Amino acid sequence: MPARYAMVIDTRTCIGCGDCVVACKTENNVPAGLNRDWIVEATRGRYPNLTTEFRSERCNHCSHATCVYACPTGASHYWQNTNIVLVEPGKCTGCKACIAACPYDARLIMHPQGYVDKCTFCHHRVARGQDPACVSSCPTHCMHFGDLNDANSIVSQLLDRRKSRALKPETGNQPNVFYLS
Amino acid sequence: MIEEILITARDNAKVDPYLNIWTWEISIYLFLGGMTAGMMIFAAWAVLAKKDDLAPFASNKLALWAPIVLSIGMTTLFLDLEHKLYVWRFYTTLQVTSPMSWGSWILILVYPVAILQVLSTLRAGYPKLAQLAERLPLVTPVLDISESQKRRIALASIPLGIGLAIYTGILLSAFSARPFWNTGILGPLFLVSGLSTAAAFVLLATRAHAEKLLFARIDIGLILVEMLLIALFIVNLTTGSEAHLNAARLILGGEFTLLFWGWFFTLGLVIPLLIEILEVRGSRLALVTLGPVLVLVGGYLLRQVMMDVGQVSTWTQYESQYDMQLLQRLER
Amino acid sequence: MQRREFLKLSGTMLATAAAGPTLLSGCSQKRLPGSGQVTTSPTICNICFWKCAGVVYQEDGKPWKIVGNQQDLHSGGRLCTRGTGGIGAYQDADRLQTPMLRVSNKDGQYFRKASWDEALDYIAQRMRSIEQKHGNDRLALLSHGSGGDFFQTLLQGFGSYIYGHPSYAQCRGPREVGFALTYGEEVGSIDRTDMENSRCIVLIGSHIGENLHNGQVQTLSEAINKDATLITVDPRFSVAASKSKHWLPIKPGTDMALLLAWINVLINEGLYDRDYVARYTQGLEALTEHVQPFNPEWAYLETGLDPELIRTTAREMARNAPATLVHPGRHVTWYGDDTQRSRAIAILNALLGSWGCEGGFYIPEKVKLPEYPIPKPPPAKSDWKKIIQPEFPLSPSGISQSILAACSGDNAHIKGLFVYATNLPHTIPNSIDMIKQAAQDLDLMVVIDTMPAEITGYADVILPECTYLERYDEIRNVAERQPSLALRMPAFEPRYQSKPAWWIAQQLAKRLELEQYFPYQDYAEVIDWQLRQVDSSLTEMKTLGVKNFERKTAMYFREGEQIRFRTPSGKIELYSKTLEDNGYDPLPKYTPPQQPPNKFYHLNYGRAPAHTFGRTSNNPLLFELMPENAVWINPLVAKDWQINNGEYLRLQNPEGTLSNRVRVRITERIRPDSVFIVHGFGHTSKSLRLANGVGASDALLMSRVLVDPIMGGTGMRGNFVTFVRES
Ligand SMILES: Nc1nc2c(c(=O)[nH]1)N[C@H]1C(S)=C(S)[C@@H](COP(=O)(O)OP(=O)(O)OC[C@H]3O[C@@H](n4cnc5c(=O)[nH]c(N)nc54)[C@H](O)[C@@H]3O)O[C@H]1N2
Ligand SMILES: Nc1nc2c(c(=O)[nH]1)N[C@H]1C(S)=C(S)[C@@H](COP(=O)(O)OP(=O)(O)OC[C@H]3O[C@@H](n4cnc5c(=O)[nH]c(N)nc54)[C@H](O)[C@@H]3O)O[C@H]1N2
Ligand code: SF4
Ligand code: SF4
Ligand code: SF4
Ligand code: SF4
Ligand code: SF4
Ligand SMILES: [Mo]
Repeated sequence: MPARYAMVIDTRTCIGCGDCVVACKTENNVPAGLNRDWIVEATRGRYPNLTTEFRSERCNHCSHATCVYACPTGASHYWQNTNIVLVEPGKCTGCKACIAACPYDARLIMHPQGYVDKCTFCHHRVARGQDPACVSSCPTHCMHFGDLNDANSIVSQLLDRRKSRALKPETGNQPNVFYLS
Repeated sequence: MIEEILITARDNAKVDPYLNIWTWEISIYLFLGGMTAGMMIFAAWAVLAKKDDLAPFASNKLALWAPIVLSIGMTTLFLDLEHKLYVWRFYTTLQVTSPMSWGSWILILVYPVAILQVLSTLRAGYPKLAQLAERLPLVTPVLDISESQKRRIALASIPLGIGLAIYTGILLSAFSARPFWNTGILGPLFLVSGLSTAAAFVLLATRAHAEKLLFARIDIGLILVEMLLIALFIVNLTTGSEAHLNAARLILGGEFTLLFWGWFFTLGLVIPLLIEILEVRGSRLALVTLGPVLVLVGGYLLRQVMMDVGQVSTWTQYESQYDMQLLQRLER
Repeated sequence: MQRREFLKLSGTMLATAAAGPTLLSGCSQKRLPGSGQVTTSPTICNICFWKCAGVVYQEDGKPWKIVGNQQDLHSGGRLCTRGTGGIGAYQDADRLQTPMLRVSNKDGQYFRKASWDEALDYIAQRMRSIEQKHGNDRLALLSHGSGGDFFQTLLQGFGSYIYGHPSYAQCRGPREVGFALTYGEEVGSIDRTDMENSRCIVLIGSHIGENLHNGQVQTLSEAINKDATLITVDPRFSVAASKSKHWLPIKPGTDMALLLAWINVLINEGLYDRDYVARYTQGLEALTEHVQPFNPEWAYLETGLDPELIRTTAREMARNAPATLVHPGRHVTWYGDDTQRSRAIAILNALLGSWGCEGGFYIPEKVKLPEYPIPKPPPAKSDWKKIIQPEFPLSPSGISQSILAACSGDNAHIKGLFVYATNLPHTIPNSIDMIKQAAQDLDLMVVIDTMPAEITGYADVILPECTYLERYDEIRNVAERQPSLALRMPAFEPRYQSKPAWWIAQQLAKRLELEQYFPYQDYAEVIDWQLRQVDSSLTEMKTLGVKNFERKTAMYFREGEQIRFRTPSGKIELYSKTLEDNGYDPLPKYTPPQQPPNKFYHLNYGRAPAHTFGRTSNNPLLFELMPENAVWINPLVAKDWQINNGEYLRLQNPEGTLSNRVRVRITERIRPDSVFIVHGFGHTSKSLRLANGVGASDALLMSRVLVDPIMGGTGMRGNFVTFVRES
């Protein structure tokens, strides 16, 4: 069975430090001004009864990736039949249909070259058995990566044991980035 | 209180602070694509219904304009591409799940048929032009054949025209990520609007009074249907999910209310409707050309409104904590 | 948020039409990161002072990334946000490039580029002339960071011993003095907190999470994973507060009242560790009597905290003791009574028996690494501490603002000042006038920095140091849980004409005939020599980066162990005779803080994880993450003032000082009596092209400095600001 890669991020320990963001930028040489991941802070309540949650967000590498389905050229594709969604620059026309098709606004146009670039789940590292750069940089160790089709993987176990949610599952995209609470 | 903000600066081009991937190029393309479709359909209808006398322009002259208008539309579509050298990639594959892929193939089919439509009516519609063309080798036999197949060509043009118009709507409505677009009504709406703009084109172009009256009547009907579809569109949104409701709010009191109701609906539908009704009733207003012009403006505004509101409507919306202009300093 | 408006439509059309069709551009096949020629070299991060070991990657000879060294227990093998962004410090296009000399012509003064020889000759000659006119003991050093030691060696060799670090009187001085008075030992850096084993952690202000000291963050998150109880006392809903079981949104400046109440509960409810207290401490009786009036009901009136909550949290601490850590904090120069507050924290920990116990404070150990043999410097001609900081006899260290003050006036003791890697205008509160005056009166002021920071503007000579990624520095050998050594070595050639601190100091030494203090060609020799004394070598460390050593001593007190503390009594001094003898309160007392005037708010400040003080605000990678600071305002206050989220306004202190324009963040996370800004913004140096003019500087608004009478710390939290709208 091809792998179903997932990221599981523990909001109990995430401090919103943004190390994952900088690590992505340096690892992947993301040009200045563009980001493949970002941090959201969500505060609820009224002083002094408050909760604050930090979420490190990126492409959800959806099992039902509307961006892939929208792409007219096949430039957006699943990597090796896994759920990792990549863009092949040599096939990309820059039509931006995939950008419009992402309910998470997780794609970005990479200027100046004109093809679409996005989070790759660091497949170049995954191929070597390493965690994505963001995951392996996180100082609180709150990010986890692995294959959900492997019941023994850390991500499967965490999702079994802990309460979790993905972002807006109602989009129907079947996102694969999960947040533990 | 809920405060949900981006605490790392994010300023992805064309995505932040709101989606802004498609601007006038695509609106023009959708507008002209719909109009082309309408032109093909009316031209074919005139041929099939043998309206030579009543509608001389539609029968013989209208067809010529379809490929011209479409070409302009396709040029702006091309202008929108960020990776222009790779445009040929559209035609190395058919992606069955991608309306855009279908659309690019539909265009490939529409073009030759639209040209055949021109050829089959050229001698009747534009004899001088035909004479000129016939100086070239092979043109005479080609025109002969086309003319002989006129009805068949017309028959083929109708489904293709409908396909083209509906596709421009489906292109948008297939995006489940954009709640404002994500309704089944955009296809019919764009078809009707395409027909209406094509009718307006005829109104502006024809000199025959009878044809004017005919097309004014047709256009009045089309505008009324369009209004109905818009009502349905709004009902559809407002009875949808939270995301759809939020999208509807953008034009129901939200920041796009004036653009939608003031400019598009009033200026682009209601006023031309009134003018055309007056015209049909026989009042000789100096405004008569204004009606169809406003229909064209309305046709464009419909696409522009859809483009703008659709891109702002989203499932996720975060406010940035920082002034993104500051990032321009990185270009020091 | 700005959104497209209808009328913009024509604008867009015009703009795009004018620009013409986008260029027909292509792209080559994208290459995957790391598929080129990859090389690595070890480093120690210098973006803050936690000193995490990292590995610098280059691909095809170009800088690629820095990641944590997996072998480094000190950093858990990971860098923090700022460490990951460290490559930006190397790449920063605004770095100092050449030495600069202040010169004057008829139009006034300006800096001109100079060669190293010229700049160094100039400094040496000025030092000589100061020696001749005033003596060799008249030079001082203010520094922050390891390179400062080279200049200390230089100045000591010359005969001058005056030095200070802002990490003392602007930072952790009060806690070190407070703990030393109590336990005979400082907490030290890195903090000896055993959080990963704590069952209960009490954070008083300490905003770990935003304060991104790597080891602190990692051990705190380990504690969270192990379901330890967190209690956070903070007027702001800090990140740590958001992770806590109990958040105590204390009224600013009233922590002492809470601490006394907690002590009161522990003693009166008999919750303290009787055995530990009996065995190791003295002064319980006096303490018991002292805290009697300070019950939770009393504390409620001061702190605004529910008395029951005070009791509950005290009991929770006791239940988990001795694995309860009442964190000593780090930046503790708050209200001027900071040594005493640190004493109260130390006392609280003693009652819980956490000092020397698992889950409390462990006993740190470092590698016994011999010093490279250099001659002993000449004896000091004068007792500089008596001369420049006589009012602080208990202060073991130089007090930066006292040193600065001793730089001006006709009878100034200090005639020459070296400033190494500390940006004084933003570091010492209310110091601009002092710095200006010093710059006027000094015979020599040298600033060694990597960036055109504000302080460089006052120098006679500016010397460009290369960044930590381009140099050798002292071996890292810090006392901690696990003894280890780590290497910083150049990953890149120094850019421009920048040079490492050791080289600069050595070159000056040569000119002053002090080369015997720098007896090597290259500092690498020193490192290699030292490493060889512990069975390693530079070659080995170049591949390892970090070497861990076995602990030789116990990490905690053994059950029932007799211990002689390094206090005068040999016991943990709940009651401090030393303080009493020097005329201070032997037991901590509470003084209510001054309240803000009408329409003014407490100026609260702290860290953001993306930046270190002001030193990273121009780092392109970190600027991109967080380009500006915002002023946090409670919605109620915003409503009063009709302030909108995202608008810009200015802050003004009671003296009328105005900040830069600063963006408003309306948030429930701040008390209505306070506003909060992140320290390190509001730069005014035009040469910092990213950071200049962006955000508000807390330092420049601090006109009310509450000096700690015991150790000279500059309390910074007693300041107030109001809003000035942009017209
Ligand atoms: N208002 C206010 N004042 C404060 C604080 C606060 O929160 N608010 N915090 C206090 C605390 S806790 C501390 S520890 C101090 C910190 O005080 P500082 O250490 O003075 O703080 P920085 O602003 O980082 O200044 C560091 C300077 O060193 C330079 N530098 C960086 N790296 C190098 C290097 O490798 N070599 C050389 N030569 N120079 C380098 C930078 O360019 C910068 O000019 O500030 C204290 N002062
Ligand atoms: N990212 C990052 N991390 C850093 C640094 C950095 O520059 N950047 N600097 C490092 C250095 S040198 C130091 S010293 C440390 C400093 O970090 P800490 O020692 O954690 O500093 P504090 O002053 O305790 O932290 C500020 C917190 O105190 C709260 N506070 C304000 N007033 C009061 C009060 O009256 N009572 C109480 N209980 N709380 C109050 C504020 O709301 C804020 O949350 O951080 C270190 N870590
Ligand atoms: S690095 Fe880890 S702790 Fe920091 S923001 Fe990212 S996920 Fe959260
Ligand atoms: S999050 Fe968006 S970009 Fe990523 S796979 Fe899903 S739809 Fe595609
Ligand atoms: S922009 Fe590129 S990747 Fe996206 S849909 Fe168009 S061709 Fe596919
Ligand atoms: S998985 Fe890789 S590409 Fe995606 S956000 Fe993390 S570091 Fe960036
Ligand atoms: S805590 Fe961060 S900035 Fe400080 S030394 Fe470690 S990695 Fe560098
Ligand atoms: Mo500090």
